[in-house]
Amino acid sequence: MCGIISVVDRSGAAMDGARIRDALAMMNERGSGEGAGYAVYGAYPEYAECYALHVFFDNIIETKAALDTLLETWGAIVHEEEIPTYEQPHLKKVHTPWRYFFRPDPSLMTGTPSPEEDIVTYLVMKVNTAIPGTLIYSSGKNIGVFKAAGWPEEVADFYRIQDYKGYIWLAHNRYPTNTRGWWGGAHPFNLLDWSVVHNGEITSYGTNRRYIESFGYKCTMFTDTEVVAYLVDLLARRHGLDEGLAVRALAPPFWDEIDGMPEREKNLYRAIRLTYGSAMMNGPFAIVVANRDGIVGFTDRIKLRPLVAAEEGDRLYISSEEAAIRRMAPELDRVWMPRAGEPVIGRVR
Amino acid sequence: MVLGSVPVKYRVTIDRDRCMECGRCIENCPYGTFRWEGDKITAVSRNCTACHRCIAMCPRDAIGLEERPVDYRSHPVWTVEAREAIFNQARTGRVILAGMGNAQPLPSIFDRLLLDACQVTNPSIDPLREPMELRTYIGKKPKRLEFSRTGAGDVELETKLTPNLMLETPIMIGHMSYGAISLNAQLALARAVHKTGTFMGTGEGGMHPNLYPYQDRLIVQVASGRFGVGIDYLERGAAIEIKIGQGAKPGIGGHLPGEKVCADVSCTRMIPLGSDAISPAPHHDIYSIEDLAQLVRSLKEATEWKKPVFVKIAAVHNAAAIAAGIARSGADAVVVDGFRGGTGAAPKVFRDHVGIPIEAAVSAVDAKLRDQGVRNEISVIASGGIRNSADVTKAIALGADAIYIGTAALVAMGCRVCGNCYRGLCPWGIATQRPDLVARLDPEKEAVHVANLIEAWTLEVSELMGAAGINAIESLRGNRDRLRGYMLDEGMLEVLDVLPAGA
Repeated sequence: MCGIISVVDRSGAAMDGARIRDALAMMNERGSGEGAGYAVYGAYPEYAECYALHVFFDNIIETKAALDTLLETWGAIVHEEEIPTYEQPHLKKVHTPWRYFFRPDPSLMTGTPSPEEDIVTYLVMKVNTAIPGTLIYSSGKNIGVFKAAGWPEEVADFYRIQDYKGYIWLAHNRYPTNTRGWWGGAHPFNLLDWSVVHNGEITSYGTNRRYIESFGYKCTMFTDTEVVAYLVDLLARRHGLDEGLAVRALAPPFWDEIDGMPEREKNLYRAIRLTYGSAMMNGPFAIVVANRDGIVGFTDRIKLRPLVAAEEGDRLYISSEEAAIRRMAPELDRVWMPRAGEPVIGRVR
Repeated sequence: MVLGSVPVKYRVTIDRDRCMECGRCIENCPYGTFRWEGDKITAVSRNCTACHRCIAMCPRDAIGLEERPVDYRSHPVWTVEAREAIFNQARTGRVILAGMGNAQPLPSIFDRLLLDACQVTNPSIDPLREPMELRTYIGKKPKRLEFSRTGAGDVELETKLTPNLMLETPIMIGHMSYGAISLNAQLALARAVHKTGTFMGTGEGGMHPNLYPYQDRLIVQVASGRFGVGIDYLERGAAIEIKIGQGAKPGIGGHLPGEKVCADVSCTRMIPLGSDAISPAPHHDIYSIEDLAQLVRSLKEATEWKKPVFVKIAAVHNAAAIAAGIARSGADAVVVDGFRGGTGAAPKVFRDHVGIPIEAAVSAVDAKLRDQGVRNEISVIASGGIRNSADVTKAIALGADAIYIGTAALVAMGCRVCGNCYRGLCPWGIATQRPDLVARLDPEKEAVHVANLIEAWTLEVSELMGAAGINAIESLRGNRDRLRGYMLDEGMLEVLDVLPAGA
């Protein structure tokens, strides 16, 4: 189960969160009221140069000071505040969501080509494994993830998603079957610029986790989706694969198809499978991954989960259901069902 | 001390109502268990090894076999084996030899690992209707790929991949040399791997010309004795394996008794007729990882960098660190052979007491290679006591790329695991060079049996993967989430990195 929906405006025009809230609620049959969330790109133009760290504190008395100290060690906190929330009758507030606008000091991380990103990645892994009661769940520039355990409308109203604006939106309605429903386990999952929503289960999680952990990532969220964000970070940011190739590493063509390809292509796909076999994801899934440049949606190799794409002018939609897309845009220029493993890419111009 | 004979191990009986005195049991038993007494056949139970040849060949099902009808006073510490070993050594003053794998009644870790299956939320995949990919590439892989873009915007692959072996199934046949086993047995195995798209090892016995037609499926072995090793031999192999150690006898060399060195074996091994072929315990040019790296490079250089080079070690306490060194020596694959690995002949004390289980070794090797960030660059092959497709699946989930079978392939050809391979009298024509016995093994027929076994296991592995919702073997490799431990202690669960059942 689970319902996903995402939209990118390829011209970079901002959209508010009102319609995606309704579209996600359209798929309430795909959820169980135990998790929903939204990611918005372009959320914080006034702090666009800072990393927006969204944090769940169990309480701010016992845990916040430790995080403040750590952040101040590694850079400067430009601004911080409690994320405004609005009480909902059925949504129990479990954590205190907080946001920091953080500027890392690149001189503190030597010997790496992207010190700022590496500091933030290090802090996310460190905090989430070593400071109990503190979870950094969103850490990109000018983007924010808003999530909680509840129904889509409740979570949207809790954060007042309607008031945020951005050129990319990702949303997720969760039906947890493997692990418990908790705030940290709600989607989207995020690391730096990468955000992921996922419908399905990743049966290769054990392989993917061991692979990604050998590159220094640490899985802390008790859920299979987390590895997707890290795998994409590894393949796309650190190894420089473009979106299309990254998807081909995560959901590669079958050997029969590869064997039938022209020589050059055959060598390319064979090399991808040999090199990135442990990054390959198995099991039923439909996934949308976003970064500041756009979104990419894809399914598992035999399409055990639904995925629909649609276009309306500059906007590209990817969702579990056409009905949800039509809730956002009743008149569409084009609607199609991507083939298994085939990426749908929406790039911001 | 009076050193009399020990009691018989097996009691052979002949049902007189059924026996028609045809004499086939006499012809078939090379150990001399049956003989004529007048016009009647009698059994000398003391000679029996429980090889079952007589039972299989008796046209009237007249032969019965029971294990140990006479016993010693039972004792929990001074077991029968312990006492008999002392009797034998007091009598001979020699090392006790044994064939096949570890015969200690130790619990199998494989049997205490349970595989997972999907229900409802995650659909299981039906291999009859959906593609299921078991294809496996063994060899070095790059840590990452480099690409460039052409003017037209096409992606060009810049990284050049090194040669890999392509297996249609992750099940290979391990190294059993010509000498240890017969040429007919080797031919049957070679035909089977050819048919099933996998590979087998030649062992350290060189390559007999009759195997040349199958050489593209043969992995040639370079052991410390260098028997049969020459440039022609290296060039014929699809890959080269350096044998440092063997699961059944870690830390010692090999020994093929002179009686098994017939003309053909002497020719293939490049040793004098009838001479003992003794592999030293160490390679006398390898005393460090640096030395090993030199041999790896020399073999690659000699074969123009066209062939993967494997290094085989016995599973020992420090196997993980050694494997990490091997990964850095330039080798393409490390073979880890567990303490249940079989052998033609080993000192019993080694076979039964040295080494560690393959399950723990593979897991530790996989973990160490990952810690060092090199797991992806080298293949891991597990061997030593793989008995069925579940063992194969579990070994891969614990971190192996592929597995070697040895004893299982011999059993498919008729072997009854009687453990007397070192005597060279194998009644099934497998572990013998006596022409009349070798002739009993029909390579055509037994090739079919071995191929059937590999195909059956491959099907079962596909089914197990499908049940776990996995359609490519890459996603099973190292996937500890698909395993749970049952009745394993906490320490072992930690080594295996596996959760207990129910968690």
